[in-house]
Amino acid sequence: MSVAGLIMQQLCMNKFVSPTTGATISSAQFGILLALLFLPNSTLWGRAIFSFVFAILGTWIFVWFIQRIRFKDVVMVPLVGIMFGNVIGGITNYLAYKYEMTQALSTWLVGHFSLVLRGRYEIVWLVVPLVILAFLFANHFNIVGMGKDFSRNLGVPYNLVLFMGLTIVAMITASVVVVVGSISYIGLIVPNLVAMFKGDKIRGTLTDTALFGAIFVLVCDMLGRVVIAPYELPIELIIGILGSILFILLLLYRLRHGRRAIRLTRAQSGCAAALSGVDGGEAG
Amino acid sequence: MFVKELTKKYDGKPVVDSVTFDIPKGSVISLIGPNGAGKSTVMGMISRLIAKDTGMVEFDGKDIGKWKSRELAKRLAILTQTNQIQMKLTVRELVAFGRFPYSGNRITKADEAIIDQAIEYMELREFEDRFIDELSGGQRQRAYIAMVIAQDTEYVLLDEPTNNLDIYHATNMMKIVRKLCDELGKTVILVLHEINYAAFYSDYICAFVDGKIARFGTVEEVMTKETLSEIYKVDFEILRISGKPLSIYY
Repeated sequence: MSVAGLIMQQLCMNKFVSPTTGATISSAQFGILLALLFLPNSTLWGRAIFSFVFAILGTWIFVWFIQRIRFKDVVMVPLVGIMFGNVIGGITNYLAYKYEMTQALSTWLVGHFSLVLRGRYEIVWLVVPLVILAFLFANHFNIVGMGKDFSRNLGVPYNLVLFMGLTIVAMITASVVVVVGSISYIGLIVPNLVAMFKGDKIRGTLTDTALFGAIFVLVCDMLGRVVIAPYELPIELIIGILGSILFILLLLYRLRHGRRAIRLTRAQSGCAAALSGVDGGEAG
Repeated sequence: MFVKELTKKYDGKPVVDSVTFDIPKGSVISLIGPNGAGKSTVMGMISRLIAKDTGMVEFDGKDIGKWKSRELAKRLAILTQTNQIQMKLTVRELVAFGRFPYSGNRITKADEAIIDQAIEYMELREFEDRFIDELSGGQRQRAYIAMVIAQDTEYVLLDEPTNNLDIYHATNMMKIVRKLCDELGKTVILVLHEINYAAFYSDYICAFVDGKIARFGTVEEVMTKETLSEIYKVDFEILRISGKPLSIYY
């Protein structure tokens, strides 16, 4: 999920775009609802395919839209994405009410792990080849992220890579949504935090992002299980709270420091030595 | 490289109108002219960043549109002025992208050596692990040039390389351009606003007015009082400093 966010941010040249703020998640949910409505007997795979298709379409439409309009302001793009996502979410809700499906729907809307059982989670394995694919094309995504002229200069087909990347993002997102439900903010917070320390070279940060994302989810899940034990809070709730706080801090940090990086290497002697274990990979 | 009857229209209005000229190999060619004369558009079409309407850009015996994008990327590099990259890459990572047309995702030992050379050549060794958004304008511009050097092309196209640079950095930029041609044997085509830089550092000048070539020739041929006054519609005086014509306008 955080990998998806990382790629999406690069492709859209915007740090605040992620599957949540870019309509991918809500499109995936819309797809699931349609599957539930029209093919009530559909298997998990049937729903997965529906949500794949819609997630891909939704993401493409969103990116096409922002490319058309060319906002100058970085904050506008995610705002439009959130609006677009809410419109789709609204339609989803309306349809759900109409056909009395809200109960079923809420299972998919709020991410939680209680339904993850054998025979139901296998779709998540789809993420593995997708992430490998993302890793192979990491440099392509980086180059496309630097703009159309830049990528043409280096002989990289801009549109092809853009759409391929978005498709990968949408499929990763959709396969998570189908199994777990929506987990917002991971795609937004995790890549940003990692990039602050390690820069934007995707090849270098992909594994860090994936690992950090997993740790983040794990910690949140444990919190969810501990806070009101023996009951379990849905993970979406915990991540939502933590994520929003981090997101606001991130915005404030940006406002105050501009785009300056937090550099671990700046503090020369003692601090750098202490951190070199963490940061050593970067020097090579 | 040969440009023949190149035309580009926006909303029916020609911004570049039947432009024909020959680009002499191994020299520095400056495209000058008033704003909106079509210099950057010509540059864009030569480098296949902008699609041309009619005409042809012949590059090594083939029209530029018929080249495979990746093959062309090994022969011709362009740096536009819109390279305000919002990305945290280190200088070295940026320069490494110059090798992309050759090695794709796998940077080989040979590539590393070329990247090292390019960084060394642009005197960026001490900055190589710094993020480009932390550099000053002049340093960042040098990092981009280093990437172009790593791309190792015969032709280098620069769109207003001195834009937003102070006198010190702009002059150094022009010296680098000269070195690219003299030491590395590249053909450099640049769009410039500053006529005297064009006069002092290039071999040929191509002056545009209203989408047409007003004058194309050696520096001596173009840098005359009459020609410049006609192009820019202001009064010019030509001085000679260290054997080269320099203009004063008022």
